[in-house]
Amino acid sequence: MSGGLLGQVAAVPLFASLLTEPVSVAHYLVVGAILFAAGIVCMAVKRNALGVLMGIELVLNGANVNFVAFASPYLQGEGARGLGIDGQVIALFVILLAAAEAAVALAITLNFYNNHATVDIDRADDLKG
Amino acid sequence: MSGILATFGAVTLPLAALNWHSFFFVLFAAVACACAIAVVLADNVVRMALYLVLSLGATAGLFFLAGAEFVGAMQLMIYVGGTLVLLVFGVMLTAQAPFVSIKTTTGDRVLAGVVGAALLAVLLQSAFSVPAWRQPAAGTVAAPAATPVGMALLGVRVDEPAAGSPQGAVRSGYLLPFEIVSVHLLVVLVGAAYLARAKKRKTPRAIEVAASVEPPASVAEHAAVGRGAGRATSVLSGGRS
Repeated sequence: MSGGLLGQVAAVPLFASLLTEPVSVAHYLVVGAILFAAGIVCMAVKRNALGVLMGIELVLNGANVNFVAFASPYLQGEGARGLGIDGQVIALFVILLAAAEAAVALAITLNFYNNHATVDIDRADDLKG
Repeated sequence: MSGILATFGAVTLPLAALNWHSFFFVLFAAVACACAIAVVLADNVVRMALYLVLSLGATAGLFFLAGAEFVGAMQLMIYVGGTLVLLVFGVMLTAQAPFVSIKTTTGDRVLAGVVGAALLAVLLQSAFSVPAWRQPAAGTVAAPAATPVGMALLGVRVDEPAAGSPQGAVRSGYLLPFEIVSVHLLVVLVGAAYLARAKKRKTPRAIEVAASVEPPASVAEHAAVGRGAGRATSVLSGGRS
Protein backbone atom coordinates (compact mmCIF):
# COMPACT_ATOMS: atom_id res chain seq x y z
CA MET A 1 0.00 0.00 0.00
CA SER A 2 2.59 2.52 1.06
CA GLY A 3 4.95 1.45 -1.74
CA GLY A 4 2.37 2.30 -4.38
CA LEU A 5 1.72 5.59 -2.68
CA LEU A 6 5.42 6.44 -2.67
CA GLY A 7 5.64 5.62 -6.37
CA GLN A 8 2.84 8.04 -7.12
CA VAL A 9 4.44 10.65 -4.89
CA ALA A 10 7.74 10.30 -6.74
CA ALA A 11 5.92 10.89 -10.03
CA VAL A 12 5.06 14.43 -9.03
CA PRO A 13 7.79 15.09 -6.49
CA LEU A 14 7.68 18.88 -6.45
CA PHE A 15 3.98 19.28 -5.75
CA ALA A 16 3.95 16.46 -3.20
CA SER A 17 6.92 17.88 -1.33
CA LEU A 18 5.18 21.26 -1.33
CA LEU A 19 2.28 19.69 0.53
CA THR A 20 4.26 17.57 2.98
CA GLU A 21 7.40 19.60 3.76
CA PRO A 22 7.24 22.66 6.00
CA VAL A 23 7.45 25.92 4.09
CA SER A 24 10.60 28.05 4.19
CA VAL A 25 11.32 31.73 3.69
CA ALA A 26 12.16 30.99 0.05
CA HIS A 27 8.56 29.89 -0.60
CA TYR A 28 7.34 33.31 0.50
CA LEU A 29 10.05 35.01 -1.55
CA VAL A 30 8.80 33.21 -4.68
CA VAL A 31 5.24 34.44 -4.04
CA GLY A 32 6.56 37.96 -3.47
CA ALA A 33 8.60 37.80 -6.67
CA ILE A 34 5.58 36.72 -8.73
CA LEU A 35 3.41 39.50 -7.26
CA PHE A 36 6.17 42.05 -7.86
CA ALA A 37 6.76 41.01 -11.48
CA ALA A 38 3.01 40.95 -12.17
CA GLY A 39 2.74 44.47 -10.75
CA ILE A 40 5.63 45.76 -12.87
CA VAL A 41 4.12 44.28 -16.04
CA CYS A 42 0.73 45.70 -15.06
CA MET A 43 2.21 49.18 -14.65
CA ALA A 44 3.96 48.90 -18.02
CA VAL A 45 1.11 47.41 -20.05
CA LYS A 46 -2.06 49.16 -18.88
CA ARG A 47 -3.20 52.31 -20.63
CA ASN A 48 -5.95 52.83 -18.08
CA ALA A 49 -4.74 55.03 -15.21
CA LEU A 50 -6.61 52.85 -12.71
CA GLY A 51 -4.81 49.78 -14.09
CA VAL A 52 -1.45 51.44 -13.46
CA LEU A 53 -2.62 52.20 -9.93
CA MET A 54 -3.50 48.53 -9.39
CA GLY A 55 -0.01 47.58 -10.62
CA ILE A 56 1.51 49.83 -7.96
CA GLU A 57 -0.64 48.14 -5.30
CA LEU A 58 0.61 44.74 -6.47
CA VAL A 59 4.25 45.84 -6.33
CA LEU A 60 3.90 47.18 -2.78
CA ASN A 61 2.08 44.02 -1.79
CA GLY A 62 4.88 41.82 -3.15
CA ALA A 63 7.43 43.78 -1.13
CA ASN A 64 5.24 43.37 1.95
CA VAL A 65 5.18 39.58 1.53
CA ASN A 66 8.98 39.59 1.70
CA PHE A 67 9.04 41.80 4.81
CA VAL A 68 6.57 39.58 6.63
CA ALA A 69 8.41 36.41 5.60
CA PHE A 70 11.71 37.70 6.94
CA ALA A 71 10.00 38.93 10.11
CA SER A 72 8.21 35.67 10.87
CA PRO A 73 9.80 33.64 13.67
CA TYR A 74 7.74 30.64 12.57
CA LEU A 75 9.30 30.40 9.11
CA GLN A 76 12.95 30.61 10.17
CA GLY A 77 15.12 27.48 10.16
CA GLU A 78 16.98 26.12 13.18
CA GLY A 79 18.94 28.79 14.98
CA ALA A 80 17.87 31.71 12.81
CA ARG A 81 15.78 34.54 14.24
CA GLY A 82 14.94 36.76 11.30
CA LEU A 83 13.97 40.40 11.50
CA GLY A 84 11.62 40.00 14.44
CA ILE A 85 9.03 42.66 15.08
CA ASP A 86 10.83 45.27 12.92
CA GLY A 87 9.76 43.62 9.67
CA GLN A 88 6.12 43.59 10.70
CA VAL A 89 6.20 47.27 11.68
CA ILE A 90 7.79 48.16 8.33
CA ALA A 91 5.07 46.17 6.56
CA LEU A 92 2.45 48.15 8.50
CA PHE A 93 4.01 51.45 7.43
CA VAL A 94 4.07 50.26 3.82
CA ILE A 95 0.36 49.42 4.00
CA LEU A 96 -0.48 52.85 5.48
CA LEU A 97 1.60 54.77 2.94
CA ALA A 98 0.11 52.68 0.11
CA ALA A 99 -3.36 53.73 1.28
CA ALA A 100 -2.29 57.39 1.29
CA GLU A 101 -0.70 57.03 -2.15
CA ALA A 102 -3.86 55.39 -3.51
CA ALA A 103 -6.00 58.26 -2.21
CA VAL A 104 -3.82 60.93 -3.86
CA ALA A 105 -3.44 58.99 -7.11
CA LEU A 106 -7.21 58.49 -7.35
CA ALA A 107 -7.79 62.19 -6.73
CA ILE A 108 -5.34 63.00 -9.54
CA THR A 109 -7.07 60.47 -11.80
CA LEU A 110 -10.49 61.98 -11.10
CA ASN A 111 -9.10 65.44 -11.79
CA PHE A 112 -7.56 64.21 -15.04
CA TYR A 113 -10.87 62.63 -16.00
CA ASN A 114 -12.71 65.88 -15.31
CA ASN A 115 -10.31 67.79 -17.52
CA HIS A 116 -9.80 65.35 -20.38
CA ALA A 117 -12.94 63.15 -20.31
CA THR A 118 -10.75 60.03 -20.42
CA VAL A 119 -8.48 57.96 -18.16
CA ASP A 120 -6.16 56.92 -21.01
CA ILE A 121 -2.70 57.90 -19.80
CA ASP A 122 -1.38 58.03 -23.37
CA ARG A 123 -3.45 61.19 -23.78
CA ALA A 124 -1.83 62.89 -20.79
CA ASP A 125 0.68 64.69 -23.00
CA ASP A 126 -0.19 68.33 -22.36
CA LEU A 127 3.27 68.96 -20.86
CA LYS A 128 5.11 67.43 -23.80
CA GLY A 129 7.38 69.98 -25.44
CA MET B 1 -5.00 6.32 9.23
CA SER B 2 -3.01 5.79 6.04
CA GLY B 3 -6.20 4.47 4.46
CA ILE B 4 -7.57 8.03 4.31
CA LEU B 5 -6.22 9.55 1.13
CA ALA B 6 -6.27 13.03 -0.23
CA THR B 7 -6.16 13.36 -3.99
CA PHE B 8 -4.92 16.51 -5.76
CA GLY B 9 -4.94 15.93 -9.49
CA ALA B 10 -2.32 13.26 -10.18
CA VAL B 11 -0.99 13.29 -6.62
CA THR B 12 -2.39 10.98 -3.97
CA LEU B 13 -1.16 11.43 -0.43
CA PRO B 14 -2.11 9.79 2.83
CA LEU B 15 -4.00 12.40 4.78
CA ALA B 16 -1.72 11.93 7.78
CA ALA B 17 1.34 12.89 5.72
CA LEU B 18 -0.22 16.19 4.76
CA ASN B 19 1.33 19.27 6.39
CA TRP B 20 -1.71 21.48 6.83
CA HIS B 21 0.33 24.66 7.19
CA SER B 22 1.98 23.91 3.84
CA PHE B 23 -1.37 22.95 2.36
CA PHE B 24 -2.94 26.30 3.21
CA PHE B 25 0.22 28.08 2.14
CA VAL B 26 -0.02 26.47 -1.31
CA LEU B 27 -3.73 27.31 -1.47
CA PHE B 28 -3.33 31.00 -0.59
CA ALA B 29 -0.15 31.37 -2.66
CA ALA B 30 -1.85 29.89 -5.73
CA VAL B 31 -4.85 32.21 -5.36
CA ALA B 32 -2.63 35.26 -4.80
CA CYS B 33 -0.35 34.57 -7.78
CA ALA B 34 -3.13 33.49 -10.16
CA CYS B 35 -5.22 36.57 -9.38
CA ALA B 36 -2.17 38.85 -9.71
CA ILE B 37 -1.52 37.46 -13.19
CA ALA B 38 -5.24 37.74 -13.97
CA VAL B 39 -5.04 41.46 -13.09
CA VAL B 40 -2.38 41.82 -15.79
CA LEU B 41 -4.25 39.80 -18.39
CA ALA B 42 -7.74 41.24 -17.84
CA ASP B 43 -8.82 44.11 -20.07
CA ASN B 44 -11.97 45.13 -18.22
CA VAL B 45 -11.17 47.50 -15.36
CA VAL B 46 -13.98 46.16 -13.16
CA ARG B 47 -12.64 42.62 -13.48
CA MET B 48 -9.15 43.89 -12.72
CA ALA B 49 -10.48 45.40 -9.47
CA LEU B 50 -12.17 42.09 -8.56
CA TYR B 51 -8.98 40.08 -9.17
CA LEU B 52 -7.00 42.62 -7.15
CA VAL B 53 -9.38 42.14 -4.20
CA LEU B 54 -8.90 38.36 -4.38
CA SER B 55 -5.12 38.65 -4.66
CA LEU B 56 -4.83 41.05 -1.71
CA GLY B 57 -7.17 38.91 0.39
CA ALA B 58 -5.15 35.76 -0.29
CA THR B 59 -2.00 37.68 0.65
CA ALA B 60 -3.63 38.52 3.98
CA GLY B 61 -4.06 34.75 4.43
CA LEU B 62 -0.33 34.31 3.78
CA PHE B 63 0.38 36.91 6.48
CA PHE B 64 -1.76 35.01 8.97
CA LEU B 65 0.09 31.79 8.10
CA ALA B 66 3.44 33.52 8.70
CA GLY B 67 2.37 34.44 12.23
CA ALA B 68 1.83 38.14 11.50
CA GLU B 69 -1.79 38.39 12.67
CA PHE B 70 -1.81 42.14 13.15
CA VAL B 71 -0.33 42.85 9.71
CA GLY B 72 -2.81 40.42 8.15
CA ALA B 73 -5.73 42.13 9.86
CA MET B 74 -4.46 45.55 8.75
CA GLN B 75 -4.06 44.20 5.22
CA LEU B 76 -7.71 43.12 5.21
CA MET B 77 -9.00 46.34 6.76
CA ILE B 78 -6.88 48.93 4.95
CA TYR B 79 -6.14 47.30 1.60
CA VAL B 80 -9.18 45.13 0.98
CA GLY B 81 -11.57 47.33 2.93
CA GLY B 82 -10.26 50.80 2.23
CA THR B 83 -8.11 50.95 -0.86
CA LEU B 84 -10.50 48.77 -2.80
CA VAL B 85 -13.49 50.91 -1.85
CA LEU B 86 -11.51 53.87 -3.16
CA LEU B 87 -10.62 51.98 -6.34
CA VAL B 88 -14.18 50.82 -6.97
CA PHE B 89 -15.43 54.37 -6.50
CA GLY B 90 -12.79 55.53 -8.95
CA VAL B 91 -13.92 52.90 -11.43
CA MET B 92 -17.56 53.90 -11.01
CA LEU B 93 -16.83 57.61 -11.37
CA THR B 94 -14.67 57.27 -14.46
CA ALA B 95 -16.09 54.22 -16.22
CA GLN B 96 -17.95 55.30 -19.31
CA ALA B 97 -18.67 52.47 -21.71
CA PRO B 98 -15.84 53.21 -24.22
CA PHE B 99 -13.22 53.60 -21.48
CA VAL B 100 -13.86 50.49 -19.40
CA SER B 101 -11.44 48.52 -21.53
CA ILE B 102 -8.66 50.43 -23.25
CA LYS B 103 -6.74 47.98 -25.41
CA THR B 104 -2.97 47.70 -25.39
CA THR B 105 -1.11 46.97 -28.61
CA THR B 106 0.35 43.48 -29.01
CA GLY B 107 3.89 44.82 -29.33
CA ASP B 108 3.64 46.52 -25.96
CA ARG B 109 2.29 43.33 -24.40
CA VAL B 110 5.13 41.21 -25.80
CA LEU B 111 7.79 43.71 -24.72
CA ALA B 112 6.36 43.99 -21.20
CA GLY B 113 6.11 40.21 -21.01
CA VAL B 114 9.78 39.81 -21.89
CA VAL B 115 10.82 42.44 -19.34
CA GLY B 116 8.57 40.86 -16.69
CA ALA B 117 9.93 37.37 -17.35
CA ALA B 118 13.52 38.62 -17.08
CA LEU B 119 12.72 40.40 -13.81
CA LEU B 120 11.01 37.29 -12.47
CA ALA B 121 14.02 35.14 -13.40
CA VAL B 122 16.38 37.48 -11.53
CA LEU B 123 14.13 37.60 -8.46
CA LEU B 124 13.66 33.82 -8.34
CA GLN B 125 17.39 33.25 -8.73
CA SER B 126 18.11 35.58 -5.82
CA ALA B 127 15.33 34.01 -3.73
CA PHE B 128 17.00 30.60 -3.98
CA SER B 129 20.57 31.88 -3.72
CA VAL B 130 20.87 31.98 0.09
CA PRO B 131 20.92 28.54 1.76
CA ALA B 132 19.58 29.89 5.06
CA TRP B 133 16.36 31.00 3.34
CA ARG B 134 15.75 27.46 2.05
CA GLN B 135 15.90 25.79 5.46
CA PRO B 136 12.49 24.33 6.23
CA ALA B 137 10.70 26.09 9.04
CA ALA B 138 11.76 24.86 12.46
CA GLY B 139 8.20 25.42 13.63
CA THR B 140 9.13 27.69 16.49
CA VAL B 141 5.81 28.72 17.98
CA ALA B 142 6.06 32.40 18.76
CA ALA B 143 3.85 34.43 21.06
CA PRO B 144 1.14 36.47 19.33
CA ALA B 145 2.84 39.48 17.75
CA ALA B 146 0.07 42.06 18.17
CA THR B 147 1.17 43.25 21.62
CA PRO B 148 4.88 43.73 20.72
CA VAL B 149 3.86 45.56 17.53
CA GLY B 150 1.50 47.86 19.42
CA MET B 151 4.09 48.59 22.12
CA ALA B 152 6.78 49.21 19.48
CA LEU B 153 4.48 51.76 17.82
CA LEU B 154 4.19 53.46 21.21
CA GLY B 155 7.99 53.59 21.48
CA VAL B 156 8.43 50.75 24.00
CA ARG B 157 10.10 47.51 22.92
CA VAL B 158 8.90 44.40 24.72
CA ASP B 159 10.12 41.83 22.18
CA GLU B 160 13.39 39.99 22.62
CA PRO B 161 16.52 41.67 21.24
CA ALA B 162 18.11 40.11 18.18
CA ALA B 163 20.83 37.55 18.76
CA GLY B 164 24.25 39.21 18.96
CA SER B 165 23.05 42.65 20.01
CA PRO B 166 24.64 43.92 23.23
CA GLN B 167 22.64 43.24 26.37
CA GLY B 168 20.95 46.24 27.89
CA ALA B 169 21.36 48.35 24.77
CA VAL B 170 18.60 50.91 24.25
CA ARG B 171 16.53 49.88 21.25
CA SER B 172 14.49 52.47 19.48
CA GLY B 173 10.74 52.14 19.15
CA TYR B 174 8.64 53.53 16.36
CA LEU B 175 6.90 56.45 18.06
CA LEU B 176 8.42 59.14 15.81
CA PRO B 177 7.70 57.31 12.50
CA PHE B 178 4.20 56.62 13.82
CA GLU B 179 3.59 60.34 14.40
CA ILE B 180 5.11 61.27 11.04
CA VAL B 181 2.88 58.77 9.28
CA SER B 182 -0.21 60.04 11.10
CA VAL B 183 0.48 63.65 10.09
CA HIS B 184 1.35 62.45 6.58
CA LEU B 185 -2.00 60.64 6.30
CA LEU B 186 -3.87 63.74 7.49
CA VAL B 187 -2.11 65.99 4.97
CA VAL B 188 -2.57 63.46 2.17
CA LEU B 189 -6.29 63.05 2.79
CA VAL B 190 -6.85 66.81 2.99
CA GLY B 191 -4.89 67.16 -0.26
CA ALA B 192 -6.85 64.37 -1.92
CA ALA B 193 -10.15 65.94 -0.91
CA TYR B 194 -8.92 69.27 -2.28
CA LEU B 195 -7.81 67.73 -5.58
CA ALA B 196 -10.94 65.66 -6.12
CA ARG B 197 -13.58 68.19 -5.13
CA ALA B 198 -16.17 68.94 -7.75
CA LYS B 199 -15.54 72.22 -9.50
CA LYS B 200 -15.81 73.75 -12.93
CA ARG B 201 -12.41 73.86 -14.59
CA LYS B 202 -11.76 76.56 -17.17
CA THR B 203 -8.75 74.95 -18.81
CA PRO B 204 -8.64 75.12 -22.62
CA ARG B 205 -9.15 71.38 -22.97
CA ALA B 206 -12.21 71.42 -20.73
CA ILE B 207 -13.71 74.24 -22.77
CA GLU B 208 -12.89 72.31 -25.91
CA VAL B 209 -14.54 69.18 -24.56
CA ALA B 210 -17.59 71.06 -23.37
CA ALA B 211 -17.91 72.94 -26.66
CA SER B 212 -17.89 69.84 -28.84
CA VAL B 213 -21.25 68.32 -29.78
CA GLU B 214 -23.40 66.34 -27.39
CA PRO B 215 -21.49 64.26 -24.78
CA PRO B 216 -21.99 60.72 -26.20
CA ALA B 217 -20.56 61.73 -29.57
CA SER B 218 -17.52 63.42 -28.03
CA VAL B 219 -16.95 60.43 -25.80
CA ALA B 220 -17.00 58.09 -28.78
CA GLU B 221 -14.66 60.42 -30.65
CA HIS B 222 -12.19 60.45 -27.80
CA ALA B 223 -12.24 56.69 -27.73
CA ALA B 224 -11.87 56.27 -31.46
CA VAL B 225 -9.30 58.93 -32.28
CA GLY B 226 -5.76 57.75 -31.63
CA ARG B 227 -3.29 60.04 -30.00
CA GLY B 228 -2.01 62.81 -32.20
CA ALA B 229 -3.55 61.71 -35.47
CA GLY B 230 -6.94 63.36 -35.89
CA ARG B 231 -7.02 65.38 -32.73
CA ALA B 232 -8.12 68.96 -32.88
CA THR B 233 -5.27 71.36 -32.19
CA SER B 234 -5.29 72.24 -28.53
CA VAL B 235 -5.14 75.86 -27.44
CA LEU B 236 -2.37 74.76 -25.06
CA SER B 237 -0.03 73.92 -27.91
CA GLY B 238 -0.49 77.39 -29.36
CA GLY B 239 -1.84 76.27 -32.73
CA ARG B 240 1.24 74.18 -33.53
CA SER B 241 0.45 70.50 -33.73
